[in-house]
Amino acid sequence: MTDSQMTPPEPTGADRPEAPAVLDEGTYDRLREPRGAGRLALDGTWHQISPRYVTSQFVQDGILLAVLVVVVLVLAFVLDQSWVWIPGGIIAAFTLITLAILPRQARAIGYMLRDDDIVFRKGILWQRIIAVPYGRMQLVDITHGPLDRAFGVSQLKMVTAAATTGVQIPGLTQAAAEALRDTLIDVAETRRTGL
Amino acid sequence: MSTPEQPGAPADQVQGEQLQPLPPIPAPPPAEESLADGEWHRLHPLTPLFKGGLVLIIVAGIVLNSFRDRIIYWLVNAFAPEAHVEDYSAGDPVDWVLSNNLILIALGIVLGVLVVLIAAFWLVWRFQQFRISDEHVEVRKGIVFRSQRRAPLDRVQGVNLTRPFPARLIGMAKLEVVGAGTDANVPLEYLSTGKAEGVRADILRLASGARAARAARQAGKEPAATRRAQLVGSMNTGVSGLIEGVDLADVAPESVVKIPTGRLVGSQLLSGVLWLLFFLVLFGITMAFTVPAILADGGPDAWFGVLGISLGIGIPFVIAAVAITWAQISKSLRYSIAPTPDGVRITYGLFTTITETIPPGRIFAVEVTQSLLWRPFGWWAIKINRMSGKSASQQQSSTAQQFNIVLPVGVASDVQRVLGLILPGLPADDLPLVWEHGIQGPQKEGDPYRAMAGRAWWRRPFSWKRHGFAVTDFGLLLRRGVMWRKLAVFPFARMQGISSQQGPIDRLQRVAYLKAHNVTGPVLGEVVGIDSAVVNESLSDIARRASAAVQRDHGHRWAAEDDADAAGSTVPASSNPSAGSPPSAGSTAPANEDAGTSVPAAPPVPPPPPGWAGTEESREA
Repeated sequence: MTDSQMTPPEPTGADRPEAPAVLDEGTYDRLREPRGAGRLALDGTWHQISPRYVTSQFVQDGILLAVLVVVVLVLAFVLDQSWVWIPGGIIAAFTLITLAILPRQARAIGYMLRDDDIVFRKGILWQRIIAVPYGRMQLVDITHGPLDRAFGVSQLKMVTAAATTGVQIPGLTQAAAEALRDTLIDVAETRRTGL
Repeated sequence: MSTPEQPGAPADQVQGEQLQPLPPIPAPPPAEESLADGEWHRLHPLTPLFKGGLVLIIVAGIVLNSFRDRIIYWLVNAFAPEAHVEDYSAGDPVDWVLSNNLILIALGIVLGVLVVLIAAFWLVWRFQQFRISDEHVEVRKGIVFRSQRRAPLDRVQGVNLTRPFPARLIGMAKLEVVGAGTDANVPLEYLSTGKAEGVRADILRLASGARAARAARQAGKEPAATRRAQLVGSMNTGVSGLIEGVDLADVAPESVVKIPTGRLVGSQLLSGVLWLLFFLVLFGITMAFTVPAILADGGPDAWFGVLGISLGIGIPFVIAAVAITWAQISKSLRYSIAPTPDGVRITYGLFTTITETIPPGRIFAVEVTQSLLWRPFGWWAIKINRMSGKSASQQQSSTAQQFNIVLPVGVASDVQRVLGLILPGLPADDLPLVWEHGIQGPQKEGDPYRAMAGRAWWRRPFSWKRHGFAVTDFGLLLRRGVMWRKLAVFPFARMQGISSQQGPIDRLQRVAYLKAHNVTGPVLGEVVGIDSAVVNESLSDIARRASAAVQRDHGHRWAAEDDADAAGSTVPASSNPSAGSPPSAGSTAPANEDAGTSVPAAPPVPPPPPGWAGTEESREA
């Protein structure tokens, strides 16, 4: 361990990854949690996502809905296909329900940078908390579509050797996503290990 | 050989540096067998013949096929001239050739095609090269579309040596370097068996990160004098390998776990019986639907129809059951697992023998299982999760399933020995958790496992008392199942993440679901119905222990730490958080003084067998 091995960090929080201030700029400030006594809970400071994520999703789903309505109307009245009401109605109902609960869901998404791992949480009715050690990170993806760019939000995805970890943080501001990516890569480098 | 320091440098560049004469670097003794010198090498020269041999067999098959009728015709005419068989001349190319006197041309074409084929395979062989440097194993191939694949050695997940039945008679073997990821393997087919073994040793030695080049090579045998003698020699080895088993020369015989053939056949026959039952049920269902329909049609021949259908359906089912069982048996026959300095070596297969070497720290999860049928015999099986490096389609095949089985069937003592081999870091203190409370648990009192909450029993109506988990500094242990008893161990040094989940019904019952994330494999890391307070506490506890375990672990360069230990540095064993450590009330294991330090720092295997003494000496050089 004395030769070129990376000196392993002490688990005392001595070099706890410094969370850049930009992570908390323009985000929600209160995490929405389920109320039941038996809920999953974890102490610590959660970082949250930007409310612009909800706006962006609303616009995207709104466009989708508009296209759907046009297609259904054309099929139903111009081409005289009355069956189209059923699938159209189902898809529209699902989209509307998704949109209705989206603001609550967005407030429940949070992540925490701890000494040795990143913790990601989401969901209110179906709650999920996952802790992934920094050293396990294989790569970090940032994706943003054209509308995401217009609203300045992006999604950060952390990939490990396990297919199931699935840490995908949506709705980060552009600056937050890049800062978080750099932080994660820096920290992962000092905690590098085998797979 | 004169440029040992610059493995990848082109020759001309080295020539240009003649101005500054490099001091003669004492290169490691250039054993003529070593291929890990950073130079490009080719595969076995018989490879094109062997790969082309397949094409030749196909061509021969086509020719034979068109000759079949002709041969029958000749034979019938020769032995029964009065039988007047119709002449099979319509559309037969052979006849056409014969009748047009084109024999020479036809032979010429066939010969030409053969020459072209052999030349093509020779070219393919000529352009396929590999090299092994200190950091990478690299293969380049292709004539028009060149491809070059380079795999880092510290991410090698294992080395497989396959001896396919025909190839092993000529003394050739296929080597596969297992990488991490999808379709990440580096195959080297074919090498002569001796070279393949040498390359395997070299790759593992370089991957281990041993700096004081541990010349892990056996004293090279004298090459046979002539080609013919060589061929005879390899034939002999091939045949004796078929009879005696392979790859056991360099391990101590007493450290090898083997499975008696009777037990193996018996265990597989039990599952064969299951398959037979399954097919019998299918058969019954089919018959229940078809027989009334046929009988309703009536007629005197209806019973013949029933007989025909039952035979027509039943016989394929029986054949399928037998074939499945036989495939299972022949694949796991002559199974052995043995420790080597560079990991666990698993050998199996009767005609086509596969030898897998799994270096330490490449096993992500281990599970001991026992089905209800095996319980009267006290048999267990062990499966692991590991990176296979195969493509997605290959991962579905049965060979891939075999890849994850470490012990096809074994009694309790075999299980304990194999667990010791594949989980070398498991502290002795944890053994009662694995065996007494885990595999055989729960005991009447003092169960150290956190089992399901009683109020959530309906999620696992039979096994809820058993279903639970335990946390130690080494890893997470999951105990599940009553009918199909399972005990899974997830070493923290390889865990990819830990998560908890809870739905609305869970929340009403104040329970949650805990899952250890791991590479894809047969071992799943989930427990349900755990009290949510316990889950909340365990999530942080597990994450903390996992990070401590990762810091202690250096499995990806497993021998580098041996060197470090030799240099006198100490492993920080003080950093294990003991908060909430599991109660060891039922611990009957003798106190072992080095439990703290031996965790992952222990040499992964027992001391090397006597056969390795010579190589150990060369370490000082």
